[in-house]
Amino acid sequence: MSLISRGFAGRARTTSSDRLPPGQYDAGGSFPVLTAGPTPRVDIGTWDFTVQGQVDEVARWSWQQFRALPREDVTTDIHCVTSWSKLDTRWQGVSLDTILGHVETAAEYVTVFSDGGYTTNLPLEDLTGGRAWVVDTYDEEPLAAEHGGPARLLVPHLYFWKSAKWVRGLALTSTDEPGFWETFGYHSYGDPWRSQRYAGD
Amino acid sequence: MTTSDMTADGTADEGPESRRLDGNAAAGPLRELFSVDIIAAACTCAHCGGTTALAEHVLYADAPALVLRCPSCTGVVLRYASAGGQARLDLTGARLLVLDLAHDGRPG
Amino acid sequence: MTTPTVTTAGPARRGGRLLWTPARVRSVQAETARATRLVLEVPGWAGHVPGQHLDVRLTAPDGYRAKRSYSVASGPEQPHVELIVERLPDGEVSPYLTQQLRVGDELEVRGPVGGWFVWHASLGGPLQLIAGGSGVVPFLSMLQHREAAGSDVPARLLYSARALPDVIGADRVAATDAGVTLVLTRQAPATWQGPTGRVDARLLHEHVVPPDARPQVFVCGPTGFVEAVADALLELGHPPERVKTERFGTGGGAT
Ligand SMILES: Cc1cc2nc3c(=O)[nH]c(=O)nc-3n(C[C@H](O)[C@H](O)[C@H](O)COP(=O)(O)OP(=O)(O)OC[C@H]3O[C@@H](n4cnc5c(N)ncnc54)[C@H](O)[C@@H]3O)c2cc1C
Ligand SMILES: [Zn+2]
Repeated sequence: MSLISRGFAGRARTTSSDRLPPGQYDAGGSFPVLTAGPTPRVDIGTWDFTVQGQVDEVARWSWQQFRALPREDVTTDIHCVTSWSKLDTRWQGVSLDTILGHVETAAEYVTVFSDGGYTTNLPLEDLTGGRAWVVDTYDEEPLAAEHGGPARLLVPHLYFWKSAKWVRGLALTSTDEPGFWETFGYHSYGDPWRSQRYAGD
Repeated sequence: MTTSDMTADGTADEGPESRRLDGNAAAGPLRELFSVDIIAAACTCAHCGGTTALAEHVLYADAPALVLRCPSCTGVVLRYASAGGQARLDLTGARLLVLDLAHDGRPG
Repeated sequence: MTTPTVTTAGPARRGGRLLWTPARVRSVQAETARATRLVLEVPGWAGHVPGQHLDVRLTAPDGYRAKRSYSVASGPEQPHVELIVERLPDGEVSPYLTQQLRVGDELEVRGPVGGWFVWHASLGGPLQLIAGGSGVVPFLSMLQHREAAGSDVPARLLYSARALPDVIGADRVAATDAGVTLVLTRQAPATWQGPTGRVDARLLHEHVVPPDARPQVFVCGPTGFVEAVADALLELGHPPERVKTERFGTGGGAT
């Protein structure tokens, strides 16, 4: 049963661009906010970023220490599993290569954890090689709380749910532990170019 | 009252909080799956043990799934989504659901 | 007063689950400058309890879909299902429903749903309704039913609207024998005697059935409005189990 609603187009969207993975549309100027819970009130004074789990020593950065790390500008396309994409988004933050540079580990997987209890999992390898950042700046402005500020993960080559908002650290693990959406049946890897939405896709 | 007035009063803001709903708004999607209205059921939260009607939970509907959170502890109680001919339902946060079978929200 | 034909096994109900049903648009009328009243013919409509809503689904030619919820404005005794939709200028669905939809169009609906935010004469009272903007819609159904059922349950409506021309359901609000307090938040005529400004604890204290009278309180409207009013009611001593809320999100219009 598929009734077409006469004259209904829905929000303006472009679907034809070779920069759009299958099934995605270009959200253009809008930046939809996906919310699965209350926006955490984050205090910069007590904020820290830690790398823990299968490590010899827990690595920890306070907000000041994090802000003092070498920074990079990133311009990239992002792809949300709810099928919008946004092209040429501009961010600034710290490369995970910098953060993981000093960490000795035999772990192969990471559980990313956030204020508010959100988690997501991915292979450690996907956080390295200039493909992932902890960003605190969007479009030259401090990252808004609704978009994950003060800091979020940015892993643009995977569906955007992997780019955890309000990120607080990484727990390194030897096995792939499903996170918030992955326990709901979402794909443990989430490559938008292979439409890896659900487990088994 | 505009949302910006409310920000000044500290009662709400223009952020995602202004789009959250009551569990009651999940009644339609859940009837894709259930033949009765489970939204009126009393639900015991697996996180904090509090009991409240699902209708009185807080619903976040702008996510890849509907996410229903406990009004006391904000823990996730129910997740539901349907896409591509499949429905998925997660109730791990709901320890117990008690449904009144005598009337399905239809008095009289 | 005619009683509605209540069908329990129409096309909408198969195996007890509720499916999308095409409804036909019978009429489209301006309710206010911003709001439109839609009269629908829904085959197999199971009959509703005042306060229930339905879901509307729109499908674009490329298969893109949008779904939204709308409260039923009509009473169960009325022959057709009526909705009142307020247009949000930057919204996706409400501009379509208020400006594009024509008589004879088909609209997919699923309902009635929501067995919680409901009132029926058999549930008694006193009844206290508190609305912000289009949050008055489910209350129009409750007031219509209360009258049609000849109910003598004492009822009050506290209704916050931007200005007089924004009042939704003005006919019903004027005709009801329930006590009505209209609060204007943006603009009031020079001769206006009623309250103005934000619905706060003081205004609720003055115009709402007090907790000692054990009212059943229903609060409906934009999320910010509902949360502020519900908090103030608890402060005034209304027990949480007697305060039911229906948040409309940012939709439903500012108050
Ligand atoms: C149970 C229930 C009953 C309701 N009954 C009624 C009724 O009787 N009458 C009525 O008029 N309304 C009612 N509503 C509200 C209605 O469902 C819609 O929310 C409303 O019509 C607005 O829809 P829209 O598509 O026009 O706006 P939307 O496109 O949903 O946009 C609403 C606003 O939110 C913003 N927004 C939306 N999504 C995002 C996002 N992801 N990120 C950032 N910003 C975003 C938009 O820019 C816009 O300002 C009811 C809601 C519920 C839950
Ligand atoms: Zn709880």
